[in-house]
Amino acid sequence: MIVIGAGHAGIEAALASARLGSRTAVFTVNLDWIGNMPCNPAIGGSSKGHLVREIDALGGEMAKAADATAIQCRMLNLGKGAAVHSPRAQIDRRAYADEMKFRLEAQPGLSLRQAEIVSLEPGARGGWVAVSGTGMRYAAACVVLATGTFLRGRIHIGALQYAGGPDGMPPANALSDSLRALGVPLRRFKTGTPPRVHRRSVDLTKTTPQEGDERAVCFSFAATQPPRQRSLCYQTYTTAETKRIITENLDRSPLFGGQIEGVGPRYCPSIEDKIVRFPEKERHPLFLEPCGERTQEMYLQGLSSSLPEEVQMAFLHSIPGLEQCEVMRPAYAIEYDCVDPLALGGSLEFRELPGLFGAGQFNGSSGYEEAAAQGLMAGINAAHGAQGKPAVVLPRESSYIGTLIDDLVTKGCSEPYRMMTSRSEFRLLLRHDTADARLTPLGHALGLADAARLAALRRKEALIDEELLRAARVTLSPCEALNAALEAAGTAGITSGVRLAELLRRPQVSYAVLEGFDPTRPALEPEIFTQAETRLKYEGYIKRQEAAAREFKRLEDVRLPGNINYAEITSLRMEAREKLTKARPETLGQASRISGVNPADVSVLLIHLNSRFTHRLRRG
Amino acid sequence: MSDTIAAIATPNAPGGIGIVRVSGGEAVAVARRVFSPKRPLDWEHLPGYHMCSGWVCAPGAAPAQRIDEAICLFYRSPKSYTGEDVLELSCHGGQMVLRLVLEAVLAAGARLAQPGEFTKRAYLNGKIDLTEAEAVMQLVQAQSAAAARAAAAALGGALSTKIEAIRTGLTALAANLAASVDYPEEETQTLSPQETGAALSEAQTQLEALLSQCGASAAMHEGVDTVLLGKPNVGKSTLMNRLAGFERTIVTEHAGTTRDTVTERVLLGKALLRLTDTAGIRETQHPVERLGVERSRAAAESAALLLLLLDASQALTQEDHALLDSCDPARTVVLLNKTDIGSCQDTAALRTRFAWVLPISAARGEGMQALTQAVETLLETDALSPEEAMLSTARQKECAGLAAAALREAVRVFHEGFAADILQLLLEEAIQPLYQLTGERATEAVVEELFTQFCVGK
Repeated sequence: MIVIGAGHAGIEAALASARLGSRTAVFTVNLDWIGNMPCNPAIGGSSKGHLVREIDALGGEMAKAADATAIQCRMLNLGKGAAVHSPRAQIDRRAYADEMKFRLEAQPGLSLRQAEIVSLEPGARGGWVAVSGTGMRYAAACVVLATGTFLRGRIHIGALQYAGGPDGMPPANALSDSLRALGVPLRRFKTGTPPRVHRRSVDLTKTTPQEGDERAVCFSFAATQPPRQRSLCYQTYTTAETKRIITENLDRSPLFGGQIEGVGPRYCPSIEDKIVRFPEKERHPLFLEPCGERTQEMYLQGLSSSLPEEVQMAFLHSIPGLEQCEVMRPAYAIEYDCVDPLALGGSLEFRELPGLFGAGQFNGSSGYEEAAAQGLMAGINAAHGAQGKPAVVLPRESSYIGTLIDDLVTKGCSEPYRMMTSRSEFRLLLRHDTADARLTPLGHALGLADAARLAALRRKEALIDEELLRAARVTLSPCEALNAALEAAGTAGITSGVRLAELLRRPQVSYAVLEGFDPTRPALEPEIFTQAETRLKYEGYIKRQEAAAREFKRLEDVRLPGNINYAEITSLRMEAREKLTKARPETLGQASRISGVNPADVSVLLIHLNSRFTHRLRRG
Repeated sequence: MSDTIAAIATPNAPGGIGIVRVSGGEAVAVARRVFSPKRPLDWEHLPGYHMCSGWVCAPGAAPAQRIDEAICLFYRSPKSYTGEDVLELSCHGGQMVLRLVLEAVLAAGARLAQPGEFTKRAYLNGKIDLTEAEAVMQLVQAQSAAAARAAAAALGGALSTKIEAIRTGLTALAANLAASVDYPEEETQTLSPQETGAALSEAQTQLEALLSQCGASAAMHEGVDTVLLGKPNVGKSTLMNRLAGFERTIVTEHAGTTRDTVTERVLLGKALLRLTDTAGIRETQHPVERLGVERSRAAAESAALLLLLLDASQALTQEDHALLDSCDPARTVVLLNKTDIGSCQDTAALRTRFAWVLPISAARGEGMQALTQAVETLLETDALSPEEAMLSTARQKECAGLAAAALREAVRVFHEGFAADILQLLLEEAIQPLYQLTGERATEAVVEELFTQFCVGK
């Protein structure tokens, strides 16, 4: 097995493949930057935190390394409902890269090699041959492409542009040509990163400090000690002067000047984008995030830009706290080659190029977490492919990982794809704290999560069930103090005995509110109470989503034959024929999610299947 | 899927002309086998909207064995009703002729269309949306001018437009919640709780308004079960005949002449009544008559509208009082018949219990206007404006009902203080059936269910 790239996708792919017993080699242009974070020094966030916990539940690495190197942890979206609570951590990025390199080195069966792969050739007896820049040839059954933003990378800072990878590293130009020659459909995407400034030059008294949570939640379900909470982030705002400077210099941005052909993400706009698109907004928030404990560099979240460096300096100096700031690295935009993910199957293997897999930004996604999630699945499937085992495709209702990959390979993406909770129709089932219950049994069956993990999960589930039974049994009697506590929480007091479970169903009531009125409460991990409470509050809705998931699965279970010729189904609209031919969905459910395929087309497909392929139809 | 289908497209009744419609990839080939044009025709390059006259024969039959002289109308795909190649053979209207023409077409390679299959293909080929397809069905089946106008409005997209407006508002609201959850650090312009609450209530009000018209809409499109009640010889059959416009039941001077229930469709204003004349309800020992009496009682219990006839020329009898007691005032119109003969009723006393007490003369046709008014008010069809969006099928009503239920819950949950995740979920639950309503995300089951309701040929 060969993995090209040792970023977040490459790491997970290599570790999974080696752990599943395939001899694996990882190639990277610079061994000192394994698992580099060229953008924000943070892991997690809304829905991304879910992805990290799911990676952990399956037996991946990102959560453990993040817990080991976190310097501040927060749970986002508290107050917006348990389904969307998302852990996020500031990470010491140098420590993280060290941690990951150490973990890769410690993995038996895994070789690390500093080399640029310049071409890929089909092997004489199947499989693939990767050729390095120094002329070495490496043969493998399967190859995972995890090239991030390196492929034909091009940096833009104002009118200045040059070939380059992230963080001052070299681009990978030759591999791009080789892939194109193989028929891989490449295209240009763009992303960007803000400036870094020196902490001592910032007047932090003009900003609002942000602390981590008092009781931090780890990403890993196997974590035994809480992460460190030493660092602060700081918030400030752009000003009218910032807006004026940027507006006056817009013509010097390559984004507006037309030099950048790549498609950038709408959801992660540069500051000049934000000012153009939201002219009514007087100010935009920005956050100063520490890049680590042994560095003074601070990352300016919200200020990515591709304006010339002197303009960057000018607008930075218009921001409270940054008037005297020293820029250590300027902001830049980067353009890179990536694949149209419609060329991939649900296993992330190229449909037309067996043995070749894609993962991470190469597949058109953005974000470390999205990359790691795909890397893990590509690694599992490449190992399975090499060993003749069936592919593992996670269904949408099982996880954000499954949703992410299904979206990519079914709907494709016209801009870098970012995970969001709103992308999951089953998000009440996909809570971050249930990732282990959803995925650890599979991780264990695959051989990635050990028996101790499974045993811990079973123990946790038993404790939750026991607590739910207790809550259904125990009655709280009315008393003045309890009613005062209930009213303080914003809900009515009680006049007769009420079951604990009933009280906890009220949106305003938590275990914390009832502290002291519930004498039989056992001493358990806070997580057990959180989950019991969520299950009680959301019981009806969880049941409904479970029913919806079963309904959804029925279309999902109708498999579409691989050899179906859509061009011949003349009752399909022309657009649908084209889209289906391109995306080649594996199930009727996938077909129904392709944009440009409407319900009428799905009906036509179903009728077509029933009339001609009834005997081949595999159900359930 | 795109095999060629055929059916008689005109009603199963004698008429001046009758049409056999053929649709599918083989439509032209089928036509070549059964149709001999009077002037030579370039079959290979037939333009769309082409018309020619000729004769229909069974395939392979001698020219002398012509079935009928016909006009052949050709529509080229996709510019046809179904979106496929379509042929319409306009023949003479006799039932036997049409059946022979259809047989010839089937022998030439077409297969008999299933009910609604032409419209189903139109829907599958993206020619019409689901509400428009339903409107076609209702236009075909319309039994009153008002129902036809309403169906035409729906075909023009009145309902789709209305639903889309509600859906757009809800989608915007859901998107707003999503933004605040997925971008917790950005200061997205989130709606205030008041604005969210107001938007939720507004959408709910609009849907509930549509739903509240459902009863009236059904009264207009499908008709309501109505029962004529009254002691024997009070004039029920006379009224029935008056309303239906012709002699239907036997009318004699002898009480108890009508021994069975007779149903007639009657249009009163915009309301369509399925009016059942009952055997005079009275205690009887005669076995035949008793059977009729029992049926009448059953009909009266299930009916949506009761017309109770009293004899204005006589004092109320024991029987009359028993009938009055058994009628639900909310769905009853009391008619004082035979006002031409005399009036000795205490109408004031009746009016304390029944909202509608009307003097009429069935024999002379007096008071029919007031009766129409009362029935329309009771069934709420008077408030219906056929040109406005309304829910007219059980499927549409179900979708709107599901969306309204989800919204009701969203409003409740919002006021109880549940968090954004549940609210967003309920909004999506409300939006989904609204898409299904117009067929934009309908499952194949919905489509199948819908099209089986069509009559053959449409």
